[in-house]
Amino acid sequence: MIEIFTWVQVAVAVTAGLLCVILGLAGKTPADLTMGALALVEVLLLGQLGVALLAPAFGNTATGSVLEFYVYLVSAILLPPAAGFWALVERSRWSTVILGVAALAVAVMVYRMEQIWFHQVA
Amino acid sequence: MSTPPSPRTLGVGRVLIAVYAILALAATARSLVQIIEHFETAPVAYILSALAGLVYILATIALVKRGPTWYRIAWITITFELVGVLVVGTLSVIDPQLFPADSVWSYFGRGYVFIPLVLPILGMIWLRRRRSEILEGHAPLAARS
Repeated sequence: MIEIFTWVQVAVAVTAGLLCVILGLAGKTPADLTMGALALVEVLLLGQLGVALLAPAFGNTATGSVLEFYVYLVSAILLPPAAGFWALVERSRWSTVILGVAALAVAVMVYRMEQIWFHQVA
Repeated sequence: MSTPPSPRTLGVGRVLIAVYAILALAATARSLVQIIEHFETAPVAYILSALAGLVYILATIALVKRGPTWYRIAWITITFELVGVLVVGTLSVIDPQLFPADSVWSYFGRGYVFIPLVLPILGMIWLRRRRSEILEGHAPLAARS
């Protein structure tokens, strides 16, 4: 896990989450901006997966539970597509709020992953 | 997705259901990790966590479904969650040895930003408010099937 990349990812997810929640409460239906924000969150998660798979080969290993780390990562990867699918099926303002909730949940999960990788003692 | 949306999933309720689904996923997945990795350290707490996760899954389904039976199941599961978070939360504060800090309900769901404490209350308010709609919404469907 790369610390700076991880914090950028948390910041992007929080920003995307707040953006979608605010736009949703303002009555906007899912649009390119909000769907794009979730797509960006997803791309960064896939990047994180790549980093996590490669990092141990370079001596960058998790201090905590690897199983727990991957359960968080895989769950997080599933969230944006699920919320995005919902947004495509149901084009209402509340779907935009749900996109935001999913992004905020991803932010919390990435934060937990950071703790497991760098601070948790197995 | 070809079925018409049930009345209970309209509006803000969709957000509630989405949050329930995320919590169900998080609690179940986490308890499975705990049971696989260090079950023997706190078997009771981890089994309770797994049970909580399964009840969150059931509550999510019950909130999506329509009709009086699912309405009752929604009430039962949500009440179970509220009682669980209050009892386990209180016990964990009184006697920290009893529950490890990382179970779903310890310290009133602190590890989950207190969502487990707030969510059942919101769920109850919402079930109560939409009661007539939910039960009415069932009638035409029952007649058809």
